[in-house]
Amino acid sequence: MSAVFLLQQCLIGLTNGGLIALVAIGYTMVYGVLRFINFAHGDLIMLGACAALTLVGPLGLAPTGTPPTAATWLRIAGLVLLCGLFCGGLNVAVDRLVYRPLRNAPALAPLVSAIGVSFIFMNIGLAWIGPADRGFPQVLPAANLLPGKGVQFGWKDLLVVAVVVPLIAAIMTLMRATRLGKALRAVVQDRTAAALVGIDIDRAVGTTFFLAGFLGGAASVVASLYTNTIGYQMGFQSGLYALTAAVLGGLGSIRGAVAGGLVVGLVRALSTAYAGERWAGAIVFALLIVVLVFRPEGLLGRRERERA
Amino acid sequence: MGHRWLKERWDVAALVALAAAPLVVPALGGALGGQVTTLFIFCILALGLNVMVGYTGLLHLGIAAFFGIGAYLLAVLTVPLFPFQIGWLAAAAVSIAVTAGIGLALGAPMLKLRGDALAIVTLGFGEVVKVTLRNLEQITGGMKGLNPVPPPGAGVTIAGTDLGMAFAVDPRWFYYLSLAALAGVVWAMRRLEASRLGRAWAAVREDELAAATLGISATQVKLSAFAMSAAVAALAGCLYAATLSTTADPNAYDFNRSITVLCAVIIGGLGSIPGTLLGVAILVGFDTVFIPAADSLIQQVSGTANGWSLLSLGSWRLAIFGLALVLVMRYRPAGLIPSRRLAAEWQRGAQ
Repeated sequence: MSAVFLLQQCLIGLTNGGLIALVAIGYTMVYGVLRFINFAHGDLIMLGACAALTLVGPLGLAPTGTPPTAATWLRIAGLVLLCGLFCGGLNVAVDRLVYRPLRNAPALAPLVSAIGVSFIFMNIGLAWIGPADRGFPQVLPAANLLPGKGVQFGWKDLLVVAVVVPLIAAIMTLMRATRLGKALRAVVQDRTAAALVGIDIDRAVGTTFFLAGFLGGAASVVASLYTNTIGYQMGFQSGLYALTAAVLGGLGSIRGAVAGGLVVGLVRALSTAYAGERWAGAIVFALLIVVLVFRPEGLLGRRERERA
Repeated sequence: MGHRWLKERWDVAALVALAAAPLVVPALGGALGGQVTTLFIFCILALGLNVMVGYTGLLHLGIAAFFGIGAYLLAVLTVPLFPFQIGWLAAAAVSIAVTAGIGLALGAPMLKLRGDALAIVTLGFGEVVKVTLRNLEQITGGMKGLNPVPPPGAGVTIAGTDLGMAFAVDPRWFYYLSLAALAGVVWAMRRLEASRLGRAWAAVREDELAAATLGISATQVKLSAFAMSAAVAALAGCLYAATLSTTADPNAYDFNRSITVLCAVIIGGLGSIPGTLLGVAILVGFDTVFIPAADSLIQQVSGTANGWSLLSLGSWRLAIFGLALVLVMRYRPAGLIPSRRLAAEWQRGAQ
């Protein structure tokens, strides 16, 4: 029993961790190009969830209680795509309006602006879905896909795997194997040098914001379908865990964000199971502090001298 | 002439005016006095945060945690639930010293971190403290908080009257206590700014490498900023718990409080004492005076019922805050009353 229980908790942890990783990549990519933590990212994802709630009905998705058909999957894919585009576009717009004028400002300026943007996002979410938590349609049934009565792996878990794994693979391939990815990596390494070899910095930064927002929007849809509640204050919590994952893995590193996301997901699930949910958050942050004491650059981050 | 005097001696003028106010305005003996007292306390908290963010240039997102630790330590040492029950002054001294120690303990391992990672750690620390205060029910009373915190001076008799009774009967005592503490902190901050340590803070903020070549140990300097800001926040916490006669629930010390205080410091002017005070006054005034007044006006005009509605200014509070932050960063990054030194530094950096 206890082995099955442990396995189950690990599975829950990895599923949640995959979602956290998707959001964490958004933090880490923007940090990579601009060296600033986009505090509004969590609330962007909250807005993605609001968009998903608005679109879920018109797209013909409703709780049926029966196993999903091909049409259901297609509609979910559409929802993921639409919310991804929405969050990506919004992220690009915010970069254009708020962060771009601050490119040469002191480091604190974009950071504080991002906190301001997160407040604005939160207020938009409040106006959009109201102050109370809202239920999200239970589109996928809770049935177990694995035989026997042991470990539970349902349609929702399958959904997480089906969205998170391809997206992470896609973003990693994009960064490693395409011309665009090469340009983005050059900007991450040195913005000035990248500009000197003819890379359009503003476009590269805009692309990064779009990709980060797209992944976040996709994560917001999957998370809404997974937990079936959304609220205008959810951005802080989900953002904080993802940010912790990004810092834990090493800010600026996509692989680090994925690893960090899985670690945070696992630690949270296991501490929820063995120490109680109310301590889970404290344990995750305590872990972060301990890791940073010994590896200030994070688990997979590269050591880097602070820029003036 | 008069204008110039006011510009240089605004602090004395303000102190005299605030000290005389309760004698002239009877409302300060009631609920309004309580609000102004809280305003003083938040000013102290913001000045504490300013040591980290303004003077030393380290982004700190968990100042409320130290505010809370200060309040709870004071409460543990004074409430009837625990056997200590020492006087307020002694308890405050212990609380401030211990909180400063906790600041050191958190700061020491974190100094190697880049600025942004440091911000996350302080944020995470704030969450850890809030969760711990909430869950450690045997000690902290959970969501109920610790109470009753006896008024300062309980048991001390001066000229036949118990000082604690005086505090309990007339809230103006709290007003004066907080005002005196605020004046003391402002005075101390002035002295610090001009001191060797204060100049070392500025040097480390401006250029750590250059400071190191002058023989300044960045580690020690940053650690002292950590400890100082924790200590000042703890002082604010001690005053807060005493004024409310309870620690209130742990949510009073959450991320929202940290970020509100940070916004006040930034909008007012990083590293600037008058700016910080103005920032707090604007933010607190906005929440407790402007929004309720505007909303009652809107209600009169539109005739809508009380409660949550998009037609009330209160429901757009966050967006207004957010917009203010974005606009200040864009057009006046050094704040409404900039510190001369920091404004010059940022000007140079922008070139």
